[in-house]
Amino acid sequence: MYSRVRDGLRAYRMIAAMWIRSTMAYRASFAMTTFGNFAATSFDFVAILLMFSQVDELGGYTLPEIALLYGTSGVAFGLADLMIGSMDRLGRRVRDGTLDTLLVRPVPVLAQVAADKFALRRLGRITQGLFVLGYALTTLDIVWTPAKVLMIPLMVCSGGLIFAAVFVAGAAFQFVAQDASEVQNAFTYGGATLLQYPPALFAKDLLRGVTFVLPLAFVNWVPGLYVLGRPYPLDLPTWLAFAPPLVGVACCALAGLAWRAGLRSYRSTGS
Amino acid sequence: MGTGRLYAAVAAGGFRRYATYRVATAAGVFTNTVFGFILAYTYLALWHEKPHLGGYDQAQALTYVWVGQAMFAVMVLGSVGFEEELIERIRTGDIAVDLYRPVDLQMWWLAADMGRALFQLLGRGVVPMVCGALFFDLALPSGPLPWLACLVAVVLGAVVSFAIRYIVALWAFWLLDGAGAMQITWLTGVFFSGMLLPLNVFPGALGDLARLLPWSALLQAPADVLLGEADPWGTYAFQLAWAAALLAVGRLIQSAATRKVVVQGG
Repeated sequence: MYSRVRDGLRAYRMIAAMWIRSTMAYRASFAMTTFGNFAATSFDFVAILLMFSQVDELGGYTLPEIALLYGTSGVAFGLADLMIGSMDRLGRRVRDGTLDTLLVRPVPVLAQVAADKFALRRLGRITQGLFVLGYALTTLDIVWTPAKVLMIPLMVCSGGLIFAAVFVAGAAFQFVAQDASEVQNAFTYGGATLLQYPPALFAKDLLRGVTFVLPLAFVNWVPGLYVLGRPYPLDLPTWLAFAPPLVGVACCALAGLAWRAGLRSYRSTGS
Repeated sequence: MGTGRLYAAVAAGGFRRYATYRVATAAGVFTNTVFGFILAYTYLALWHEKPHLGGYDQAQALTYVWVGQAMFAVMVLGSVGFEEELIERIRTGDIAVDLYRPVDLQMWWLAADMGRALFQLLGRGVVPMVCGALFFDLALPSGPLPWLACLVAVVLGAVVSFAIRYIVALWAFWLLDGAGAMQITWLTGVFFSGMLLPLNVFPGALGDLARLLPWSALLQAPADVLLGEADPWGTYAFQLAWAAALLAVGRLIQSAATRKVVVQGG
């Protein structure tokens, strides 16, 4: 088990490095696409800024408070997107038969699919999230305790794990439904968008769903509201604010199981 | 075969081509519905804070959200349509074959794209709209006339959308790689069509500018006709003017580009 994980990580590193080298052959193009990635993700924050040009609060939250939620969600999602954002191409691979090539190589398939077309330009999204997070941290009026300071990197890293699990689970689903990559978008991009806004905006049933079923709320809502000193709209014990790393690891384990089940059910199209 | 029948056949081909991908269409409907819900709740909060923002009441704002999700695939806001294929044909040189065909290149792609738009309207537009109407109080017109008026605005908007993307695709004759141009168009399109926020909520001069640009013909215009916020005839005139101007520009670039075509052997 341990050696397989080590092999997988090593293969991932090598494939990713190969893609980075190939990207760096065209530096100007790399700079432009990274900036494009940065600009593209900036637009939804611009929309929030436009909203705040008309109102002072949204659902009882001020702009810096929303910026904290936005920034943490953005960076966490950006990390997962950078690491394994190419997973949504799995359906296409199943359809055109190129997955078969990966199966015969003596390297874990997950590592190959995850590192495929590794796109360093996705740093643009992370950078944009960091800018918004920086703005939030410098403007927020918070009494910082060591626990709250520690919470910020903790949220971003475990949030990245949770999103990564969603990517892998989505890819596992594509073994079954081959051209349904958009369903995955609803949970990845949709989830990231949802978490940019305060939970107070949404219906209780939706909150229960993303807290207890697909635990996206642990990316930034539950720990973030602890930092902001606000109660979570659902009745949860305070210590759950420190649960994100556990939730992240548990999600990844479950997604790994789903992936293995998906891979075992795979029947080549033969094309 | 008359030209009218030819283009009708091309449009039918465009329709059928997208109709093949049933699972992908269902997946798209699901995604549009999820995003519709997220946006609807944020708009509810926004209009709760400031009722009658941008001249809409709450029900109108919610209706706008779902019209936006219905138009997402029709107007190619945030995805790609024919332009990806056209750019590829320009890059590989297959375009030379197209230019020898006894049909007009622009009209051919327009017909195919209209077929695609019609399918996306039925396949990805209707269901999210119905979902929205079931879960939220929408300001939907009761009589058939506003729906019909809106449909005309949708058709004209789709032509404007095509005309913009045709111009973008033709730049591949010079750039040989359309990725950058496509990304910029995609960004400006999402922002200035009102997909992120209705254009009447944009503050001051930015709002005025956004309403004059062609992208407002894609989403803001049909939505306002449906909501009874805009005079249909004025809207049609605005859309027609942009459609005519952009199609003419596309034609100019096309003739400049075809004079420049160098077919490489091999």
